[in-house]
Amino acid sequence: MPKLTLEELAKIREKTKRLTTVRAGGEYRAKICVHMGTCGIAAGARTIMNVLMKELEERAVSDVLLTNSGCAGLCSREPMATVELAGQAPVKYVDLNEKKIKEIFEKHVLGGHIVTQYALGIGSEKTDL
Amino acid sequence: MTEAAKEKAYRVHLMVCAGTGCVSNHSFEVKDALEKEIKKFGLENEVLVVTTGCNGFCERGPLLVVQPGNIFYQQLTVKDIPHLVEEHLLKGRPVKKLMYTPPKEKTPIPVLSDIDFFKKQVLIALRNRGLIDPEKIDEYIARDGYVAMGKALTEMAPEKIISEISISGLRGRGGAGFPTGLKWQMVRNAVSSNGGEKYLICNGDEGDPGAFMDRSILEADPHSVIEGMVIGAKAVGASQGFVYVRNEYPLAIKRMTIALEQARAYGLLGQDILGTGFDFDIKIVRGAGAFVCGEETALIASVEGRLGEPRQRPPYPAQSGLWGRPTCINNVETWANVPVIIARGAKWYASIGTPTSKGTKVFSLVGKINNTGLVEVPMGITLREIIYDIGGGIPGGKAFKAVQTGGPSGGCIPKEQLDLPIDYESLTKAGSMMGSGGMVVMDEDTCMVDVARYFLSFTQDESCGKCTPCREGTKAMLDILTRITEGKGTEEDLVLLEDMAHAVKDSALCGLGKTAPNPVLTTLRYFRNEYEVHIRQKKCPAHVCRQLNVYTINEEICLNKGKGCDVCRRNCASEAIQGAKNEAHRIDQSKCIKCGVCFNVCNFGAVKVD
Repeated sequence: MPKLTLEELAKIREKTKRLTTVRAGGEYRAKICVHMGTCGIAAGARTIMNVLMKELEERAVSDVLLTNSGCAGLCSREPMATVELAGQAPVKYVDLNEKKIKEIFEKHVLGGHIVTQYALGIGSEKTDL
Repeated sequence: MTEAAKEKAYRVHLMVCAGTGCVSNHSFEVKDALEKEIKKFGLENEVLVVTTGCNGFCERGPLLVVQPGNIFYQQLTVKDIPHLVEEHLLKGRPVKKLMYTPPKEKTPIPVLSDIDFFKKQVLIALRNRGLIDPEKIDEYIARDGYVAMGKALTEMAPEKIISEISISGLRGRGGAGFPTGLKWQMVRNAVSSNGGEKYLICNGDEGDPGAFMDRSILEADPHSVIEGMVIGAKAVGASQGFVYVRNEYPLAIKRMTIALEQARAYGLLGQDILGTGFDFDIKIVRGAGAFVCGEETALIASVEGRLGEPRQRPPYPAQSGLWGRPTCINNVETWANVPVIIARGAKWYASIGTPTSKGTKVFSLVGKINNTGLVEVPMGITLREIIYDIGGGIPGGKAFKAVQTGGPSGGCIPKEQLDLPIDYESLTKAGSMMGSGGMVVMDEDTCMVDVARYFLSFTQDESCGKCTPCREGTKAMLDILTRITEGKGTEEDLVLLEDMAHAVKDSALCGLGKTAPNPVLTTLRYFRNEYEVHIRQKKCPAHVCRQLNVYTINEEICLNKGKGCDVCRRNCASEAIQGAKNEAHRIDQSKCIKCGVCFNVCNFGAVKVD
C-alpha cells in the first residue's frame, strides 16, 4: 500500500466520516420513517429505504434521522413514509415509488416544502406514549 | 463480506461492546446472533454490526448501543436478540425491557447520554470509546485521528510541541504525576552518549488489583496511544518506541498489534512518516506480569531482557534509560491525552481541572458499588460525585465506609472526606495517592484491618526482594497484621506497625516499597478504633476476621421457628453442634473452628455471630 500524504489522510477521513455519520449523535433536523411492515415490504418499502439511504450518503446529509416502523394500518396505500421536520407536525406520504420519494426528499426534507400531492395528511394518530 | 463491500453507508450501526468485560460475558456470541438475525430479516444492507472497545459501563455488560439515536441496551443474552432485531430494527420499536433502569427506579432510560453513569463524564483519553472499531484505522482517522500528528510533524518544532504539553499542565497518569512537558524537555536536552539514539516507552504494565484503565485504552483505541507516541518522539528526538504490555492482556496485545500493522501500512509509522522525513517505529514488548515492572527502572530492565528489578535513581531514565540511552517513559493514558492537547491546544486542556492538576483522569470504579465500570472525569470532581452520582451508590442499602484510591499501595479515604476534590495533591494530603486510577469502594461489611492486611499481602508478594526495607519490612508488617486479625495482637504491635510503616516508606528503593505502607498508615489514621477493638476486645466489628468471631445459636428461635431442623448440625465439619432433631441446638465453643457454615445454612436466623 502506498504511504499516505496529509491530503490522502484527509480523504480517508472525509470518506469514513461520511460512512459513520449515524454515530455522530446530536440533534436531528428531520426524521424520515419508512413503514416496513409485511405489507410495506411487499409493496416496495425496501426500495424506498434504499433510495433514501443512497440520497443521504451521496449528499452527505448528517442531520436527518432515517428510521423505520411497522405497518401503519393503511396497507392498501403502501409503501408509506412519514417525514417530520423538527418542531413541525409529521406528514404521511402514501403510494410511494422511487421517483416520488426522491422528490419528497428534495422538496420536503431538504427544502422544507410539503409535497401535498403525495401526502395523505398532516399529523399523527395518538398513542399512549 | 469483503472490506470493499462494507464501504457503504448503513442506516443503523449497532455498536457492540467488545471490551474484555463484555467479551467474558459472551458479547461475541451476541454479535454473531445479531448478524444472524439481521440476515434472516434481510437487513444486512441496512444494518451494520460494529465491535467497539470498552464502553465503560462494565457492570451491565454485554452492551449494545444503537446508532443513530444512542439507544443503550444492556445485559443482553443471545436469547434476547431475535426479539430485539425484529422489534427495533425491523419495526422501529425500541425494546424497553432490555434498556437500563437505575436502581430504585421503575422507568428505563433509553438514551445513553441521559444515564447518570455517563452524564458527568468528560472524555478525552477515552474520546473514541464505543464509537469506533479499534481494529479499523479508518474509523480512528474519521474521528480526526492522526490530525494532531500531522500538525506536529509538519508545523511544529520540537520545542513548540514540548511547550504546548508544558502549558497544558499534563502530568503523568501512571500515578506519580510528574509534569509530562518537563520530562520531555529533560529527554530532549539529554545527550545520548553512544550512537545518539533515544527511546520512547509506553508503560502498560497495569498490575493493580481491580484496575483496567490502560487495558481498556489499548483495547478500545490503540491508535490514540500510537499517535501520542509519534508526537512525543518528534518532541524528544526518538526513533524507536516500545509498548510494554503485560501478557495477561491478550486482547490489548492483539488490537495493538493490528493497529501497529495498519499504521505502518499507511506510512503513519516507519520511515518518512507522511512524507515529512521523520522516522519512528514501535515494537510491543510483553511483560510477564510482575507488579514491580510498572516501576520505570524495573520496566526498562525487563525490556532489556534482564530481571525486572528497580535500580537507584538518579540517573533518571530521561538521562540514562533503556540500554543507557535517554528514554522517555510515559503511561498509556498520558500518551492517549497527547493528540487531543496538540489538536485542541494547551489552553483548552488547561481550562479543565484544578490549579495543579489539569485535564481528566480515568478511574476504574470497583468494589461495593452499583455501577462498576470505567469512568473518565475532570480533575477536581469530588469522591462523592464519582461514588454516588456516577457510581450509583452502594448496593443493598449498606453504608459507605471507605474508598481506596491508587491501587494496592494507595490509601483508604473515609466518608468524612467524601467531598474531597480529586487531584494529585489532595489525594496525597489525605494519605493516599492518584496512582494509576484504581478506585475500590468499601461498605460497612468491610474490615479495615483485613483490608490493610490484604493489600499488604499483595505488595509483599510482589516485592522483588532487592532492597531490605521492602523485602523484610513488608513481611514483618504483614506478620503483625495477621496476628491482629487472629486476635493475637498487642498494644505494642500497633506502635511497632506504625514505626515500621514509616521506616519502609522512607527507606525503600523504589515506588513499590515507598508506597506499600500506605494502606496501613491510612487505616491507622482514619480507622484506628477498629485496630484497637481487634486488639483489646479481640473482636472484628465487621465480622470479617473469622478467628475473632463467636458463633452462638439462639435456642428460642431454633426451637420455635426452626423446630430444631438439624441442618446446622449436619453441616458442621468439626462436630461442634449438639442437639437432637426437633430440639434446640447448641455450639460447643471448644470444638468450633469458626468456619461460619452454620451461620450460612440456618434458614431461620437462629445462628448469631458476635
